[in-house]
Parts: sequence; C-alpha cells; structure tokens
Amino acid sequence: MRFIFKTQYNQDIALAKHGGHVFWYSLLALFLVAAPWVLAEYWLAQLTFVLIYAVVGLGLMLLAGFTGLFSMGHAAFLGVGAYTEAVMVNAGVPFPLALVCAGLFSAIAGVVVGLPALRVKGIYLGMATLSFGFIVEEGIARWEHMTGGNAGLSVNPPAMMGWTLDSTESFYFLCLVVAVGATLAILNLLRSSTGRAFVAIRDSEISAQSMGIHLARYKTLSFALSAALAGIGGALYAHKIQFLSPDQFNIIQSIDLLLMVVIGGLGSVHGAFLGATFLIVMPQLIAMGKDFLPAAIGGATGLQGTVYGIVLIAFVLFEPLGLYGRWLKVRTWFQLFPFYRRGMFKRQKSFQKSDRLK
Amino acid sequence: MQVLQLLISGVAQGCIYGLIALGFVLIYKATETVSFAQGDLMMVGAFAGLAAMTWLGLPFWVSVPAAIVAMGVFGVLLERLVIRPILGQPAFSIVMLTIGVGYVLRGLITMIPDVGTDTHTMPVPYAGQVLQMGALVVAAEQLVVIAFTTVLCLGLFAMFKYSKLGIAMQASSQNQLAAYYMGIPVQSLNGLVWGLAAGVAAVAGLLLAPITFVHANMGFIGLKAFPAAVVGGFGSLPGAIVGGLVIGIVESLAGFYLPEGVKDIAPYIVVLLMLVLKPNGLFGEKLRKKV
Repeated sequence: MRFIFKTQYNQDIALAKHGGHVFWYSLLALFLVAAPWVLAEYWLAQLTFVLIYAVVGLGLMLLAGFTGLFSMGHAAFLGVGAYTEAVMVNAGVPFPLALVCAGLFSAIAGVVVGLPALRVKGIYLGMATLSFGFIVEEGIARWEHMTGGNAGLSVNPPAMMGWTLDSTESFYFLCLVVAVGATLAILNLLRSSTGRAFVAIRDSEISAQSMGIHLARYKTLSFALSAALAGIGGALYAHKIQFLSPDQFNIIQSIDLLLMVVIGGLGSVHGAFLGATFLIVMPQLIAMGKDFLPAAIGGATGLQGTVYGIVLIAFVLFEPLGLYGRWLKVRTWFQLFPFYRRGMFKRQKSFQKSDRLK
Repeated sequence: MQVLQLLISGVAQGCIYGLIALGFVLIYKATETVSFAQGDLMMVGAFAGLAAMTWLGLPFWVSVPAAIVAMGVFGVLLERLVIRPILGQPAFSIVMLTIGVGYVLRGLITMIPDVGTDTHTMPVPYAGQVLQMGALVVAAEQLVVIAFTTVLCLGLFAMFKYSKLGIAMQASSQNQLAAYYMGIPVQSLNGLVWGLAAGVAAVAGLLLAPITFVHANMGFIGLKAFPAAVVGGFGSLPGAIVGGLVIGIVESLAGFYLPEGVKDIAPYIVVLLMLVLKPNGLFGEKLRKKV
C-alpha cells in the first residue's frame, strides 16, 4: 500500500503520481526505443500496427470513453485521413504537412458529423454516425479520379526533403513519436478544464449544462479532436498498409474500433493501448490456436468472428471496465492483500434512467 | 407503369426492412436497448427454415411455423442467458453485447462444414411464379412478402390492442417500475418480447430467402433496417413498418432514376435528413424530462 504525501497542489495533476509510475513508464519507454534491435521484423511490424491503432483508439476513447458519445462510423474518419495522406504524399507534398492536413480534414469531417449529433442522443447518434460511415465509404468508392475507387490506391512511403522513411525501423520510430505525442496531448487535455468538461458531459448532461458548460461547443470539439486523431492514425495506417481500398473503412472496421475501446476499457487512456494490443494480437493467437483444434473447427472461416463475439460478450458481461479494469482489480488485490473485498468494484445498476426522457 | 412496377418492388423490399425494424422497435420499447443482432437472428431464422425443409424433409407449411417457433424459443433463451444479467447497465453495454451476439451467430453459421459458406436456394412452392396484371408483372415472392407482412401487422396490432399480454407489454414499455408495481411480471415479459422479436426476424428471413437466397451474410440487410426504424420513430410499431416502406421505396426509385451507387446510400441520406429535420421520426413520441 502506497501513501502519497502531497505537499503541493500541482501534485494533484502531475502526470506521474509517484516514483513507481516514473520507474515503470521509463522501463516501457526504454523497451519501445530498443524494440527495433530486440524484436524480429515481423513483430516490430505488429508493434507498429498496435501504435497506429492506439492513436485511433485514443481518439475514439476521448469521444466514447470521456465524452460519452458513441460513434459507430469512426472508420470513416480513418478513411478520410488515410486518403488525404495518400493523395497528398503521392502528389509530392512533404510528409509532415500531409499528416497535419490529414488530421485537419478529418477534424472538419468530425465537425460536420458533430453538428447533427448535437440534436440527437444515444442510439440516434449511433445511427447518424453509422449513416455517415456508409456515405463516406460509398463516396470514396465513387470518387474515382481522386481515390482510385474500388480498384484501390497505392501509397508512397513518407518522404520529406529527400529523406525517405521506407524501412520498417524508421517507420516504427515515426509511429512511436506520433503515438507518444498523441498520448501526452490526451493526458494534458484530460487534466485541463476542457477535459473536465468532457467528463462532466459524459456523467450528466443536465448537471454539466447547469454548471455553465456549453454543450454544443464541447461536443463538437470532442468530435473534432477525436476525428483528428483518427485521421492522423489513418494517415499512418495508409503508409503501413501501402494500399488503400474503400472496403478497409467499412462498418466492420468501425465496429472493430468500438470493440477495441470497449475491451481495452472505456474511460481510461491505458484502455486504448490495451485494446489496440488485443486487436492486433488476437488474430495471431487464433492463428496459433488453430493448430491445436480439430481441422473442422480450426479451418473454418467463421472462427475469428466467433471468438471475437465470445470475447466481447464475456467482457461486457463480466468485466465492463475492460482489460484495464481487470488490471486495476489485480493491482488492488495485491496492494491491499489480504483485505481485498469482492464488492470493491461493484457496478451500480440503474433501472430508472431512460434514454427517452433525457 | 414503370413507376408502379418500381413502387411494388420497393414496397416488397420495404416490408422486409419494416419487419426487421419491427424487431428493433419491440425490443427498444420493452427494454430500452437496441439489438444489433436482429439481422443475424433473421439469417439464423432463414437457415432454420432451410434446415427444416431440406434436412428434416418437412413440408413447406410445417417448416415455416416450426422455424418461427424455434426462433421464438431461441430469442427467449438468448434474453435469459445474456441480456438479463446486464439489464440496468448503460445502454451502450447492451449494444456491444448484441453486436457480440451477432458476431457469434454469424461465425457459428459459417463454421457449419459444407453449409455455412455456401449460398442456398429456399425451395418454396411459389418460387418463380409471376402474376400478370395488364402491363404489370409482379413476382409471386413479392406478393407473398406484402401479404404476409400485412397479416402479421394486423395480428400484432390486435395483440397489442386487445390481449392482456399485449396491454401488459405496452404498460411495461411505458414505465417498467410502475408496471412492476401493478403486478406485471416485467422480467418474463422482456423475455417474451425478445422471443417475439426473434420470431418476427425469422418471418423476415423466411420471406426474404426466396428473393435473395440464404447465406451467412444476409444479416447485413439489418443495417438498412436501422434507418427504417429511425425514420418511423424508434418507439413506434406502425412507424417501423411505414419507415421500412419509405426506405424501400426511396431505395427502389433511387436505383432507377439516380446514378449508380446512390441506391446503396439512399437510406442513410434519408435517415440523416430525418435526424436533422425531425429527430423523433414520423411517429416518434415527444417526451421531455421535467425538472
């Protein structure tokens, strides 16, 4: 059990609360910097994917986990970012500029979606974002002279001023820098008044409004920031995958992104990273597990979907706080040993709260 | 005449959307949750009908009710096993849960060896027949869809209006707590509502099967039923059918008069317009919380 003796007010909002944080996160940073020399190239590529999805996940976490607005069409923002990046880089625009533009265009798309979203709540918002996702996917497929349509679009490696990041290692470092930057930005945002306003809106719109929080402004801002992060993630994704087609940004991708934040743990920054790791590692685990299953089950095409579904159901039923919630429980168990009680993380049920009456 | 032809095919397609949307609305009204598994329940219903007809060799008129009843029982079990434990959690958890259920259903059907990955034709007695009315040619499949939907809607209407069960369901959908105090067994009613929704989904699947074939991904049509439910107003049963018809007709007309590709997104454009102009839908109830 650790007691933090606070002698300064700034300790309340410090990013590293105590020496343990400093130690473990430094260790993690050390590992991430050393990864290209430690890991095989295949696993380095997977780690790059984890970082890319974590950037997108941070965006969706800000929207769904911290502002309480659920987007069922987030792949559309990913797509807008990816295609902006691809078209600009292929046209010879320096890479950092293209990355900024990708984020910016996605943010504009986010504001456009955010505007009707101000009038609707709950499931209607899900419908609005879902519809937007379908429209963007179809738009990408039909705008052929720009996006290549269903034939796809190949993406050049990121380059600026005669300097090309075409190796796995250099691209990994680029993703690492972007992911760390995004994480620090989100952490800083969450301890600022804007971040507190988001959380207040999530917990209760009515009380947030009566505290003087401008709902429309903050909701739109949340949509814009979330879409910008998704766009930046999409730009990196475009370079990683090197070939874009509209069906990479369909409803399945949107649901995968939601699955990522729910399984990672809604309402925690760690959750975005844990969820991204889950999303990348799970198919590998399934592929490995196939060898141990009878051929009839192991070879079936539906195996991955079934496992995803079962894991999702299990998490919603038994661990609604996701992987991060499970880690919190384990940690508390060790910290308080032997005084951990079963009801410490008990969920509160509310049968009165009705969406229709909000 | 062309327009009439398009209208009829639009109405037939719209009836399917409406039936799936009816399932959403039933569940939404009763339990305040949205089931993303409705399209996949429809798919399983179609497969159940197919199994009854081809493997068990039952005649058409036996296997259709059998499939519907089996899906109803499946719906009740589903509610009991996975939905009931998390009632009272945030609505979004339940949405994710039903997405998971949909994944599992689709995955399991795909995993059935030699059957799941193929496309099947449902052997219905009215397959391929057409009805000639002057210059108008109507496929029997479409007529059956329209007729069956009408009958089902009248039946549901009568049930909600006159039967004790239907009135109890209405009461519990309006205010669960008050209904519970009045002695209505809300929990088992919720189970029945899920059963009813799964049964309606099975009807939709069986009606759709002769038109589009039976395959594991036919459940994705459920994504077009969401716009139908929203256009009609999420809490209204007649609204679901009307919304379905609107979406079906818009889609059918857009497919003919507008450039290629618009057909697929027309329902979503309609729903976005609807959300901007009239967020409560055509028949939605307007409720404000009083402070």
